[in-house]
Amino acid sequence: MSGTSAAPASEPLRRFLQVARGAGLRVSAAEGIDAARAVQMIGYADRDILKDSLGLILAKTPEEKAAYEEAFELYFKRDDLGAQDEAESDEQKRPWQQQQGQQGGEGMGGSGGQSLGQLLEQDDRAALATAMEQAARESGIENIRFFTQKNLYARRILDRMGLRQVERDMEALRQSGTPEGLGRAQFLEGRVDQLRDSVRDFVERNLILFAKGETEKFREELLKSARLSNLERRDLDRMRVLVRQMAKKLAARYAKTRRRRLRGQLDIRRTMRRNMGWGGIPFITVWKQKRIEKPRVMVLCDVSGSVAPMSQFLLMFLYALNEALSDIRSFAFAGSLIEVSEILEKEPVEQAITKIMETIGFGSSNFGNSFADFEDGWMQHVTPKTTIIILGDARGNRTDPRTEIVSRMSQRSKRIIWLNPEYKSAWGTGDSDMYRYAPFCNLVTVCNTLRHLERAITDILEDAV
Amino acid sequence: MAFQQADATKLPHSILEQLHVNDALPPGLSPLQSIDQVDLGLSAAGYIANRQISTAIYMAHHLQKPILVEGPAGVGKTELAKSVAAWMKLPLIRMQCYEGLDESKALYEWKYGKQLLYTQILKDKISSVIGESDNLATSLDKLHAFGDIFFSKQFLEPRPLLRALEEPGGAVLLIDEIDKSDQEFEAFLLEILSDFQVTIPEIGTVGAIVPPIVLLTSNSTRDLGDALKRRCLHLHIGFPDEKLEAKIIASRVPGIDASLLKQLVSFVQQLRALDLKKVPSVSETIDWAKVLVLLHTSVLSVDLVRDTLNVLLKFEADIEAAGKQIAGLTHKARADGGVAG
Repeated sequence: MSGTSAAPASEPLRRFLQVARGAGLRVSAAEGIDAARAVQMIGYADRDILKDSLGLILAKTPEEKAAYEEAFELYFKRDDLGAQDEAESDEQKRPWQQQQGQQGGEGMGGSGGQSLGQLLEQDDRAALATAMEQAARESGIENIRFFTQKNLYARRILDRMGLRQVERDMEALRQSGTPEGLGRAQFLEGRVDQLRDSVRDFVERNLILFAKGETEKFREELLKSARLSNLERRDLDRMRVLVRQMAKKLAARYAKTRRRRLRGQLDIRRTMRRNMGWGGIPFITVWKQKRIEKPRVMVLCDVSGSVAPMSQFLLMFLYALNEALSDIRSFAFAGSLIEVSEILEKEPVEQAITKIMETIGFGSSNFGNSFADFEDGWMQHVTPKTTIIILGDARGNRTDPRTEIVSRMSQRSKRIIWLNPEYKSAWGTGDSDMYRYAPFCNLVTVCNTLRHLERAITDILEDAV
Repeated sequence: MAFQQADATKLPHSILEQLHVNDALPPGLSPLQSIDQVDLGLSAAGYIANRQISTAIYMAHHLQKPILVEGPAGVGKTELAKSVAAWMKLPLIRMQCYEGLDESKALYEWKYGKQLLYTQILKDKISSVIGESDNLATSLDKLHAFGDIFFSKQFLEPRPLLRALEEPGGAVLLIDEIDKSDQEFEAFLLEILSDFQVTIPEIGTVGAIVPPIVLLTSNSTRDLGDALKRRCLHLHIGFPDEKLEAKIIASRVPGIDASLLKQLVSFVQQLRALDLKKVPSVSETIDWAKVLVLLHTSVLSVDLVRDTLNVLLKFEADIEAAGKQIAGLTHKARADGGVAG
């Protein structure tokens, strides 16, 4: 097969790449070219080798590998349609077989290639599958996006395959009234039903293939701007993935050590090295550089009952950030406060969150008490370089807010940022102490969607230099 | 240029001899004609590959792309490169990555000492070069005529990457644990990975004589950049299944009893299913098999397993966790190995 020229080979591949992109693989143009070269080399004949080879080129992470395998199976399964129940079809008896010689071709309008009626009668599954593929391509199956379009596409494909003609033939056979005619009509009807089923199957698979990517993207966009507390259970998994992606992106952007020139201090070793070419006469001077420290962050996360739906995600985000930034300490509080850095570091994300929630979560919050705990245990670690982030709704159930502690925290630290999941209109109502804390914070902002969270953290990291 | 032997010390003796020969085949007559051939070749070199691995090597050769091999520690990522080199009779050039690795250690360095020495030696000759010219301009012109003699290949110390490009018959370049290097270094690798060439400012661009087969390994301690991944084929080697592992052990520990082999592979496979900090890798299975053969074991017993478990598990907590289940695992392993419990 490898002898075939590039053009016909690239058509199924092009469509597969489209499918792969839809399944979430990031396939660049260069990788597409590599894939085409690989296909040219090995051909389509051996599916296993094809799968392995394209997998090497297209999927570059374990997640991508899984997505790739699924997409590959779905896409290339279609071609196997012909082979799969050949054995079974041989066993089926054709009631009119004896008469076929006399009656063959009667009423079938096929002139050049075989008509659909003939294909059905001979039960040539491979040819039927090919015809179906062709009809599907002609009817633009790759544009299918919604499940409501399923019947429309199925009908179009059947029409293109010539079902109308077969239906007319069947009607004519029934009209004839002869026993053979009726038998044949009945037989054909069974076949047509089978064909309908497989076309419907086929369209469904294509729907999954081609529409999945689009709908997924759409859903993700929605999720990113949905209020975290309104999310449904079934969205949790997807959300987890999103949170991780986002945190990873942020971390990758900021974990890079940035360097700053420190003029005035000559790096003698490097200068000598650089100027070897001029016999050691320093034409180019090299200055000592200082690595900029990564941001020092302390995060205090409210996990009480009132913000419970949100704290799951906050913790998850915290977890991801914890992986990315080396100098981050995390605390969780409700009635009192504990440090959770170690839990986040050692346990896998799910267990860590459950463990934290079990240890301290869900109670009614007492901000004053929690801040007092913080002052007792960790205030000495707060330096003028530290950024303190507080995630919470500032609703202390009418307990003493202890604003004086926050004031001291603010004096010691570089700054305090308060992210509040409540809308601004709710601040200061009921037991909310937000406006009492606000004067000591450098920034108080609403944060209740993933987007807000991302923006807030980006700002923090950017200013941390 | 002289062929550097620094990395060859790690190879078994038999391969070393082959390295000297270095009679690489011309590109047209490559031993990489088909995937099956790769399979055979690798197993002849003592590496039992699954089809995915063979496909990767085959594709890497024909598409001329580097392979990025990822997978847990000890599944034979580095071994793969060694075996490819041994099989194709190409020199293996290995570059271990670490934090702070930079151009001068990976690509080339000027032989400063030699340069200085030569300047000293040639100092006396300077007058004869400049001759009788009496003004500065003509002396400079004469000096210029000599060009950059001190920045020519004679004074260049090639490091692994450059050496791999300069091997006349091609080479296998192993860039080990790329995830341990800095991101800057990763970016620096891009030129060599996509075009098999490097640029040395004083000399120019050096292209590969024969594109080397490049393998990069990573333990995924950090995520590699997209740019790097895009330029590579991505091969993930996981733990082998029972059958493949048995084959690997049999090839690495010749003379092992078939029943023992089944038992120990079954035991290790079960161990991997447990929730451990670090599950035993293939290399550890091989070690364990060697230990068991040394101890003349034919049937696994609970006590024996308990005594030798530290070969498989390297963390105290893991040994403790697995210790509780040894009896059950051993029993199952014996059953799988066809030994009556």
